[in-house]
Parts: sequence; structure tokens; C-alpha cells
Amino acid sequence: MVDRTGTPLVEMRDISISFGGIKAVDHVSVDLYPGEVVGLLGHNGAGKSTLIKCLSGAYRKDAGQIFVDGKEVDIQNPRDARTHNIETIYQTLALADNLDASANLFLGREITTPLGFVDDAAMEAETRKIMGRLNPNFRKFNAPVSALSGGQRQSVAIARAVYFNARVLIMDEPTAALGPQETQMVADLINELRKQGLGIFLIDHDVHAVKRLCDRAAVMKNGELVGVVKVDEVTEDDILAMIILGKKPEHLAA
Amino acid sequence: MSDTARPAEQPRRRSLIDSLEIDTRLLGMIAAFAVICIAFSVMTDGRFLSARNIFNLSIQTVSVAIMATGMVFVIVTRHIDLSVGALLATCSAVMAMTQKAWLPDYLGLELGHWAIAPVAIIAGLLAGTLIGAAQGWLVGYLTIPAFIVTLGGLLIWRNVAWYLTGGQTIGPLDENFQLFGGINGTLGVTGSWVFGIVAAAVAVWIVFSARRAKLRHEFPVKPLWAEGVLAAGFAALILGFIAIVNAYQVPLGRLRREFEARGEVLPEGYTEGYGLPYSVLLLFVVAVVMTMVARKTRLGRYIFATGGNPDSAELSGINTRFLTVKVFAIMGFLCALSAVVASARLTNHANDIGTLDELRVIAAAVIGGTALSGGLGTIYGAILGALIMQSLQSGMAMVGVDAPFQNIVVGAVLVEAVLLDIAYRVPTVRPKALLFHLIGLPILIFVAFGWLFALIAAIVAVALGFAARQKGML
Ligand SMILES: Nc1ncnc2c1ncn2[C@@H]1O[C@H](COP(=O)(O)OP(=O)(O)O)[C@@H](O)[C@H]1O
Ligand SMILES: [Mg+2]
Repeated sequence: MVDRTGTPLVEMRDISISFGGIKAVDHVSVDLYPGEVVGLLGHNGAGKSTLIKCLSGAYRKDAGQIFVDGKEVDIQNPRDARTHNIETIYQTLALADNLDASANLFLGREITTPLGFVDDAAMEAETRKIMGRLNPNFRKFNAPVSALSGGQRQSVAIARAVYFNARVLIMDEPTAALGPQETQMVADLINELRKQGLGIFLIDHDVHAVKRLCDRAAVMKNGELVGVVKVDEVTEDDILAMIILGKKPEHLAA
Repeated sequence: MSDTARPAEQPRRRSLIDSLEIDTRLLGMIAAFAVICIAFSVMTDGRFLSARNIFNLSIQTVSVAIMATGMVFVIVTRHIDLSVGALLATCSAVMAMTQKAWLPDYLGLELGHWAIAPVAIIAGLLAGTLIGAAQGWLVGYLTIPAFIVTLGGLLIWRNVAWYLTGGQTIGPLDENFQLFGGINGTLGVTGSWVFGIVAAAVAVWIVFSARRAKLRHEFPVKPLWAEGVLAAGFAALILGFIAIVNAYQVPLGRLRREFEARGEVLPEGYTEGYGLPYSVLLLFVVAVVMTMVARKTRLGRYIFATGGNPDSAELSGINTRFLTVKVFAIMGFLCALSAVVASARLTNHANDIGTLDELRVIAAAVIGGTALSGGLGTIYGAILGALIMQSLQSGMAMVGVDAPFQNIVVGAVLVEAVLLDIAYRVPTVRPKALLFHLIGLPILIFVAFGWLFALIAAIVAVALGFAARQKGML
């Protein structure tokens, strides 16, 4: 069981952001404790990606506050998020297609030699190590990632997020491009990371997977937060009802 | 996340080119260059490949080649710079005015003072870098398309140059400054050999130290003989070029004058080779530094990442706007360097200096394999592209092709290079490109050689077309 008595690892309070009149995220608050996996659910266009992009620094929120370890932080860009050990696997993966796996893994955080040059050999060695753990069949270390399969690209993006000692991991539909076997490996990884005390935001369309992997589920609709529930206390049908109807079932509303 | 049941990569017999791991595009460029050299050499009874012409060719290539290395970065980041020729003119004007007017008039330095050339060069480099950075700021931070900013720049800087000089030709330029022009400043035979041997040794060392780094991390390496061939090839290229420029003899009249200036008499039978021009040495340094930046620095890594996918680069924490400023600042700096070489070669600053250079520079980068869609390009490719263009132009001039027709050919070569590049990358374009050539080449041959050859070409084309059809290529 997750201990929710202390300060949350991350708290997003009253976040709002709109694009040209469309309220993509409208006064949403969620929090995340160490060792916890919080699922974000909702239809396409509900605002899930936009919400977590405010946390990852890809977007700047219009209003609201973000707290890390109880202290308010100002996240202006992806670099700021990274300095707070918030790592993100984007829905689009955000890889530079023309570069190889290790260049992508270390993009923005290259290992350099004492003279300040990028140390490709050292980075490739590190990449081989972590890929050996995450995707032992991965071989194409010197090919641009555009030459990789969907699953291989996904594993590069995941490796990049977990390599740098993340404390908060954001995963935006990490299994969308994967087959059943690969999806299971992601599930195993999530369980392993939560045991290490990471907090994970997991965006996923599969209610069944969310129920199995997550501690709590936050449901969004039309930019608004429908509610946050503990997955042990609800059925899959309850969650589906929240997604579709946009309100908490009556027996939970109390 | 495992690659579902994919067998480990099968070991296959490696061909020679595979073993050497030379990019096939580079081979294509080298082949094109070789064809040009051999063709013109035959047409000019070997004059095209004489020491004298190779020396001149290398000098003529420097200015465009230096700028082309910067254009690689600009195009890789999905921008374009149409202002390089005009910016070169402004930098040249700044340097000419600094040495002929401003320093003598305001600081009272007499003409010929040792400080004039360095100060003028620094002023020009500053001007180029600042103007480049300003254009980059407009592109990166104010999000005006680079095409527009630099199209405006093309008009602005051409005419700023005009204003700075009042439209006058400024010259002759400072003697030390002229050393960068080519024939007026060379390393001499001994110096060139020393440089060549050191450079060749460094090239060999780089090949093998890269191999050692890979071995240390237990990465796969090419066979030792392949590295050896590669290293020997680099060394031979460098030393061969040095041998050629050393073989180009200083004319007797000039030697006699030099000796007289020193109060000596020219000894009977005395000869002297020119050796490596300082301008070519400068290009060599620029090529090495720019290659290092592209491959070994974070800046270079970010330039390529941004070109490959700007959004991903931004999400990876790269400040792509400031990166744009840096890329255009580098371009501006290199325009100023080229301005030194170009004006020193002409020994004066004239209004039309650098005219149409933007086209030559972009063409050199593109012929050298820089993709206009961004993310791909090499420094050596751009330099080779500049060399190919210059060889074509000089060769045609030597053979006696009319000037307008020379430009028509250069324009066609640019379009052709891009077509081949696209056909190389995009399989669906290949049949169309093939068809285009089967129809286009006989027409071209008709224009150049008359109907008899065109008829033969047309028959060959039809036969090839049928053969391609049967193989399913058309
Ligand atoms: N950069 C943007 N510009 C304009 N509208 C956007 C942008 N990003 C998201 N939106 C809009 O915000 C809403 C929420 O989108 P998103 O967060 O991607 O949904 P989800 O991830 O839940 O499917 C959608 O209506 C989408 O069109
Ligand atoms: Mg989404």
C-alpha cells in the first residue's frame, strides 16, 4: 500500500491552460506520492497530454501551481522539469529520427570528455548497458532511430526517461505502439520502478491495464477533472462510467 | 519490448565498400568529380590537370567552400541564407575601409603599418558575426522565415557595402592582407612538405585512435586492413596535393624581381615552387574545425537534432531559438573569412564582390549532399560540392564554352544533383527520375552534339526503357 500521509512527490494544483479560447485543461488538481502510479484516463482530446505537458515543461500553464516535495516550483521549459528529476516519455516519443539511439538517449545531457567534446564511445557503452536491461534483443546501436521498429523506438524513449535517475516519470500512452509481449515488459518495468520509490503518471486507454497497474486513477473529460479514485475501491465499469458520463458514480460521490 | 522473435543479424559476406564503410553518396560525388576532371583533361590536352590549373582551381574554390561549410549548418537546421554574397560584400567593404580610410584617418596609422591587416580582419569578422547573429535572432526569436530575413538581407547588405565605400573600388589592399588571396601568399616548398607530413600523420593517428576507442569499449570495428587502406588514402590525398602545388613553379620574372628587391641577383638555374597557398590552408583549418563542431561538440549534436526534429529537440531541453542565432552567427563569421580571401585575391574591394555567391554556396552544400528537408549534411560533402562546381566552371571556360551557357550548365547541375539525391532516398521517385533521364538526355545530346548523336542516344534510351520495364523498374 502506498503511504499517503507525508508530502506528495508532486502536486499540481488548479492547473489551467487554453489554446485560442479552447480550455484544454480547466482547473485540474492531482497529486502523486512516492512509489505510486496514478493513471490518467479520458477520451481523446480530454486534455491528458496537455496536463502532463505543463508538468514536463513542454507547455507553460496559464494558471495554477506545481509543488515538488511540497515546495512550489517554476517550470518554464523541459530543462527545468529535468532539473527536478521529472522525466517524460511523450506520446510522440520525441526522438530525433536522424540520430542514433545513444545520441537520442543523451540528447541535451551528453557525456563529454575533459576537453568538452562529446564522448560518443562512453555514451554508446552506457546505452548498450541500459538497453541490455530494457530490451536485450536491441542491436541497432549505430543506425538512425528512423530505421528502428515501433517497439525499438519506444524502448529508446523509455531508456532515456529511466537512465537519468528520475523521481517522477510521466508516461504518455507508452504501450500504444507495442504488441502484447512488449506491453507486458512495460508493465513489469513500471512495477519495478514503483518499488524503487518513483512516482509515475501513466496515461493509458486500457481501463483494464490501469486497474491492474495503478494505485489511483484520475479521469478527465473536456479539460475538466471528473474525479480521482482508488482503483481498489471501484470496478472497471465505474471507471468507464466516469470516462463516458463525466461524473462520479453515485455510490462513490460521497 | 523485445523484438519479437527476430533472429540475430545474419553475418553476410561483406563487399569491399561495406568493409571500408565509405558512404555510397561520397563515392558518387568522388566519381562525378573524377569524370569531370578526366573529361576536361582530355578536352584540354591535359592542361586541366596541370599543376598550374590545380593550384588555381584550389584558390578559386576557397571562398565559396568556406561559406558552404556554414551553409551546411544553416540548411541542416531547416533554414536558408540568401544573404551570404551580400554579407561578404559588406564585410569586405568594412575591411577595405578600415585599412584604407578609417585606421589611417582616425588613428593616424600610416599605410603599410603592421597592425592594419589584423585590425581590419578583426573588424570584418566582428561585423560578419554580429550581422549573422542579428539575422539569426530575427529568425529564431521573432519567427520570421529565414527565407524572408535573408532575402531582405541580400538587398540590405549589398547596398550597405555600397554606402560604406561610396560606390568606389577600394584598393590596392594592404600587402599583409593580400597574403590571404592565394598566389600572393604561399607556404613555400619546405613549409608545405612539413605541413603535409604533419597533417598526414595526424589523419592516420585519428583513424587509429578512433579504432582504439571502439576496441576499448568492445564495440565492433572494421577489419584492420580496411582502416589501413582508409588511413593510407587520406595520407596519399594530402601528400599528393602538396606535391602538385609544390610543382607549380614561380615564374622567372617574379623571382628576379624578388631577388632584386633584396639587392641580390637571381642565380642561374634557380627555381622555386609556390607550395600551399595560405588561403587553402585557411580552408583546411575551417574544414577541420567545422567537422569537429559538427561531430564532436554539443553544438553540432544539437544542430543535427534540431534539423531532424525541431519539436523533439525542444522537448529534450535544447534551446532551439538561441541555437538558430548561433548557426547564423557562424555563417556570418564565415562570410567575413571568405571576404578576406575574396578581396585579397582581387587585391581590392569592388562593388560586385560576392555577387551570386549565395547561389554557388547553396549549390555547393546541396550538391555535397545536404538535405533541404534538414538533419542531414556533411562538411566534406559541401567542400567537395564547391570543388565540383568550380571545376565545371573553370573547365568550361578553358574549353571555350560561352559564359551564358556555363551558367545554364551550373544551374542544371544543381537541379540534377537534388533530383539524384531524392531518387537515392525515396524509392517511389526512382522510376520517374529514370524516365526523365531517358527522355531528357537524348534532347540534351541533340542540343550539344547535333541530330546524329541524338538519334543514337534516343535508340539507346528506348532500348534501356524497355529493359527497365521488363525488370519492373518502370
Ligand atoms: N498546441 C496546441 N494547440 C492548440 N490546441 C491544442 C494544443 N495541444 C492540445 N490542444 C487541444 O487541447 C485539447 C486536449 O488535447 P490533448 O491534451 O492532446 O488530449 P488527450 O491527450 O487527452 O487526448 C484538444 O482539444 C486539443 O486539440
Ligand atoms: Mg494524448
